[in-house]
Amino acid sequence: MREQAMVPEPEFESYYGRQIIKSPTWRTPDVPLYLFLGGLAGGSALLAEGAARRGLPTLERVARSAAAAGAAAGTAALIHDLGRPARFLNMLRVLKPTSPLSVGSFILAPFGGLSAAALASHLTGRLPRLGRLAGAGAAALGAPLASYTAALVADTAVPAWHEAYRELPFVFVGSSAQAAGGIAMALVPVDQAAPARRMALAGAAVEIAAAQSIIRRGLVAEPYRTGRPGRLMRAARASALVASALTALGGRNRSVSAVAGLTYAGASAITRFAVFEAGFVSARDPKYTVVPQRDRLAQRATTKV
Amino acid sequence: MSGSLFGRLDDVQDDAGYAADHPPRMGFFTDTSVCIGCKACEVACKEWNDVPEDGISLSGMSYDNTRELGSDTWRHVTFVEKPVTTTDLGLPGMGPPGWDGYESGIPPADDQAAPSGEGGVRWLMSSDVCKHCTHAACLDVCPTGSLFRTEFGTVVVQPDICNGCGYCVPACPYGVIDLREEDGRAFKCTLCYDRLKDGQTPACAQACPTESIQYGEVSELRERAHRRVEELHEKGVDVARLYGADPEDGVGGDGAFFLLLDEPEVYGLPPDPVVTTRDIASMWRHVGAAAAGLAAIGVASFLGGRR
Repeated sequence: MREQAMVPEPEFESYYGRQIIKSPTWRTPDVPLYLFLGGLAGGSALLAEGAARRGLPTLERVARSAAAAGAAAGTAALIHDLGRPARFLNMLRVLKPTSPLSVGSFILAPFGGLSAAALASHLTGRLPRLGRLAGAGAAALGAPLASYTAALVADTAVPAWHEAYRELPFVFVGSSAQAAGGIAMALVPVDQAAPARRMALAGAAVEIAAAQSIIRRGLVAEPYRTGRPGRLMRAARASALVASALTALGGRNRSVSAVAGLTYAGASAITRFAVFEAGFVSARDPKYTVVPQRDRLAQRATTKV
Repeated sequence: MSGSLFGRLDDVQDDAGYAADHPPRMGFFTDTSVCIGCKACEVACKEWNDVPEDGISLSGMSYDNTRELGSDTWRHVTFVEKPVTTTDLGLPGMGPPGWDGYESGIPPADDQAAPSGEGGVRWLMSSDVCKHCTHAACLDVCPTGSLFRTEFGTVVVQPDICNGCGYCVPACPYGVIDLREEDGRAFKCTLCYDRLKDGQTPACAQACPTESIQYGEVSELRERAHRRVEELHEKGVDVARLYGADPEDGVGGDGAFFLLLDEPEVYGLPPDPVVTTRDIASMWRHVGAAAAGLAAIGVASFLGGRR
């Protein structure tokens, strides 16, 4: 056992051990895959805009493709996850700041359109000015697209997600930078891939630091440390470290860059699945709902006296 | 109206945008001290609302084979079986009145007790239902506007708008609402919205034979609930307490609240639920900071040479 419990199992009562909150109905792989693809798309839009300005045509083409494809595939995964897929347009019926899914729909929809238009213009050479404008628009929406999904999972009663709402946005943008940088590293010649390498490296640092600050917390972070999500979190960290070492030592070698890039993308994807699963673990066990709430009540009782 | 997210809110309909002449807020007071576990509420609810059958199987854990609230269960009677404590709390127990339990070693006056070998058991029964929160997380997170606040202050799903995204499901701090698998959409208690519009009592309350489920104006029910707790305390039932009746609690108080005889978690209820959207402003601030960080990484990646 790597992770030994430092404190004895807390005692609590429950209704025949049954869970209190409902498990999310969001399916695997639809939703964690969307979290990954949305992050890949958002980060790639930023890379594409930089590449266009710096005159790095291959990087621009790859990044524009990743942005458009990521958004399209992510949208398809989201729609597939709906109980009534035919009604997906109802997502744009109202705009509610209290619903990250509503806000996210108003980020994803224009991002999808703009990134597709930018790619089409780039590939065909038609309407270059409008294409560049669309690319800039997608880049402006890229960072919000990569980060809003943290609020999406955190704005729930799922203990492992809600209690990590301060750190998760940083985990997710770090994961996004790793995915976008990594895919570009894998597909772009090394002489044009320097920005991708820097982005992936920075993303790995941000993700590892933010994830560690979640993991260090008490009972509420236990799902991130133990069981399958715990193993996935450790695998993601190890992959990110390996990819970073490869990048630092041999990032300007084509093959090493490709392997490191794919490892970055893998680390990013594993993180999304780990966070997703940790939420389910914390929803299933009434301990994660009851014990922190009991502690809160006890604390309030002592401060009142 | 302000669309407030947390804290005390005395007029939920006004907050939701209804004109001043809206009807009073209606709700349930479920007094579990008189619940006999007959499940008439479950049946009446299913019949009136045309809720589909959701499996006939034995849970094996107690007389509760319904197990939990869900898309096809809008009233759920919990059966808590706990060993009798040594101090007599004056709770409804086994055997005739005046009999002090198995601890005394004296069998009850008649033969109605459980067969020997079966330990003393205290039964708690409670009919659970959607809480129709003052600050309802399901409503807050619904991206389509399918969930809405009615003129009675209750929270209702509009099935013609719901697209089955499932966001309400993990948002509910009580685990009430769920997707109906074969249908794809979310369903939960409507507090019999159709009956309320006709000035009728919700089906469960009408069917309840012991008036454990009481329907009425929330303000009046809260007073009634407080009187009932005092009455029980005077009778020595010290364990009686209200759940969800405090307008200052984490969800601004429930439109459907309870009198319980044990800790909430014993009934499968969260001891201190807080509406998740209390923290939404802070969530967006952190999301914004992280987005700015990513944009900065994007810019910084293109500074420096081509190495």
